[in-house]
Amino acid sequence: MVNLPLFIIIPFGVAFFIPMVSRKVKWVPDVLGNITTFILLVLSLMTLNQEFVYHIGGWHAPFGIVLVLDGLSCLLLVIINLISFMATLFSIEYLEKRFTSKLRYCSLFLLMVGGMNGTVLSGDLFNLFVFMEIASIASYALVGFGCQASELEASFKYLVMGNVASLFILYAVALLYGKTGSLNMADVARILKEIPYDNLIGFAFVLIISGFMVKSALVPFHAWLPDAHPSAPSPISAMLSGVVIKALGVYVIIRLVYNLFGFTPLISQVLIYLGVVSMIVGVCLALLQWDFKRLLAYHSISQIGYVFVGIGLGTPLGILGGIFHLFNHSLFKSLLFLDAGSIEYETGTRDLNRMGLLYKKMPVTSLSTLFASLSISGIPPFNGFWSKLIIILAAIKAGRPVIALWAVIGSILTLSSFTKVCRYALYGKGEKFDREKWEKLNEVPETMIVPLIILSILCFFTGLLLINGENGIFGPVIDVLNGGVLQYIYKVLGS
Amino acid sequence: MIYYLCFVLFLIGLYGVCCKKNVVKIILGLWVMEYSVNLFLILLGYRKNGIAPILKKGEDIVEFSQKAVDPLPQALVLTSIVIGLGVLALMVTVAIRLYQRYGTFDITEMKKLKG
Amino acid sequence: MNEEKGMSLIVKTVTRWLKGFIFLFGAYIVVFGHLSPGGGFPGGVVFAATFILLTLAFGREYALKKIGKILASELDSLGAILFLLIATLGIYFGGIFFSNFIEKNHPTGNFNLFSAGIIPLCQISIGIKVGASLFMIFIILAVIRVVFEDGKGKLITTEKKDKK
Repeated sequence: MVNLPLFIIIPFGVAFFIPMVSRKVKWVPDVLGNITTFILLVLSLMTLNQEFVYHIGGWHAPFGIVLVLDGLSCLLLVIINLISFMATLFSIEYLEKRFTSKLRYCSLFLLMVGGMNGTVLSGDLFNLFVFMEIASIASYALVGFGCQASELEASFKYLVMGNVASLFILYAVALLYGKTGSLNMADVARILKEIPYDNLIGFAFVLIISGFMVKSALVPFHAWLPDAHPSAPSPISAMLSGVVIKALGVYVIIRLVYNLFGFTPLISQVLIYLGVVSMIVGVCLALLQWDFKRLLAYHSISQIGYVFVGIGLGTPLGILGGIFHLFNHSLFKSLLFLDAGSIEYETGTRDLNRMGLLYKKMPVTSLSTLFASLSISGIPPFNGFWSKLIIILAAIKAGRPVIALWAVIGSILTLSSFTKVCRYALYGKGEKFDREKWEKLNEVPETMIVPLIILSILCFFTGLLLINGENGIFGPVIDVLNGGVLQYIYKVLGS
Repeated sequence: MIYYLCFVLFLIGLYGVCCKKNVVKIILGLWVMEYSVNLFLILLGYRKNGIAPILKKGEDIVEFSQKAVDPLPQALVLTSIVIGLGVLALMVTVAIRLYQRYGTFDITEMKKLKG
Repeated sequence: MNEEKGMSLIVKTVTRWLKGFIFLFGAYIVVFGHLSPGGGFPGGVVFAATFILLTLAFGREYALKKIGKILASELDSLGAILFLLIATLGIYFGGIFFSNFIEKNHPTGNFNLFSAGIIPLCQISIGIKVGASLFMIFIILAVIRVVFEDGKGKLITTEKKDKK
């Protein structure tokens, strides 16, 4: 029985402790940050396959705040803490070159991790909102961390859109409180089943889902992502694209749609259509990019579209595909962003035209980029192939072959886009390739290589997690989503 | 009726965010939206002819709970105001730094990130 | 920007008399948080307002002498860590996070100042944190002064740029 508040106390405590201690000593933020994320990773691996409800202060729901741990939360906790550990390992050396203030970086990073842990664990609507705001504010500050002009502009755009989304969410929480009289998610679900349907509930639903769709960068609301992800420092880009849009966006939509409001065919249609549009628009816009990180940011939009198609289908196979793609996407997308970070650390540029022939000078980086590109394009035996295959099969089985066709088209376009990346950056030459600068390159330092190697190995072997299909490791997750509203109410309120 | 007016205030703030070009006016629009949501939350707890939710010594709890205004939205609004303050402080700092880099507060001039 | 520090003599004299009372009022709001409206957040704002008033009336060097930047930052972190510490002690004494472990042992009943267990302690730590945070935000925003030469495109220098 892991103590659930530890996931929230440890990051916040260390985040406030670092500025007190490290004014004189230089290496304290690095060491403390890494130890903290490692401890959190170990704790999150210990929570697998457990399900319980933690009542804070001894007050039972619905009078007090509860922290709920079930299959979906376990999976998200493992993803968050794994990627944050990789990112802190990476940022020991990465921040030496361009950025000055490491202690503020580590504090904000740990605040972000703590906020995301809290979002994933909370069982109340307002508590969810508060933790989401903590994580969002930390990420707004981290995006504009190096104070160049373009980074500040990206940070401002992200700030304004994120804040408008948060206000929509708060408005919807207020409407739900006014209608049902309670803030606990299970309690709201129970009361919503009993009272007749009102237009006000539909309005609150639209507001809250739009707010979270902005946070998860689905297509009509994606305008902040292509600016914010490239401008951030690379470990932060890996965190943003690999974890934040999932923990703050996709997880909450899954929780609300499946366990609070109930899954109806109308919601299914909306999620599938928006997912398909995101898939295609993301990939088409990515084909035009010459900035490496901007290209990766557009691909993030496209892959999140796949996840929404999988979840929107509603069948157990579709849910398995969607959740597994969520897991895989955080692995290979953060690997790609960390690779882009290493390339930028060595060559000093993000423009694909200026890079070339990197496989000779930076072997580990290019090999991991190759692995990640094959993963995202869906080539067997990497993990991307399995999850995309399951989504396509689920679409065909549910009787909607057109969606499967769009998914295949999206996959082909993704493959072509990453072929371009590999050709210009790794194995061929860009058009403005500079030979003298190329001679002086060498591989990145060791602490930056270790996360790349670990994530590449995970990308290769994660397909094995699918053994036993729906009854294996992902069984509890599918159980939570399939159980719907009633199972969630029973779990939290126990009656 | 008053809830519709709160929503109108929310829409005014949203208009300010979407249609104004000056950075400071966008920040003010966001502040108006924040204010309207907090106002809506407090008004949800109102009861006609209610008393303040402070229990006096020797008062009966059942009678008190039927007369008092709901205290839960008040606690929520306290938290929400402080969160809004944090975001506003960050926005103002970013706006100051933007002015240092670009030399103007006009958002149509800040076009470094395109495509 | 005028060179003379602070405001006129009337403002300075009145502030010198009133600063203690404003601080005391802030402390009153924080400590009586469990009995009357208020608590940590508004009390912390009044704490910060005392020092902001000092900055406005006397100029920034005087207020920075009273509480420097480093001290404000330390108080900030201290308040937050104290809050987490009190909540974590709930695990040891009460078995669950944030439990009210002082409540059981109190001789005086409810409606007094020393009642309601750990809640006044939490309010005090929140008050310290919010006060220090707001004052730090104010001095960081007010210490950076922007002196521009041309406007668009030309280099904009800042006087006394804060490295924090």
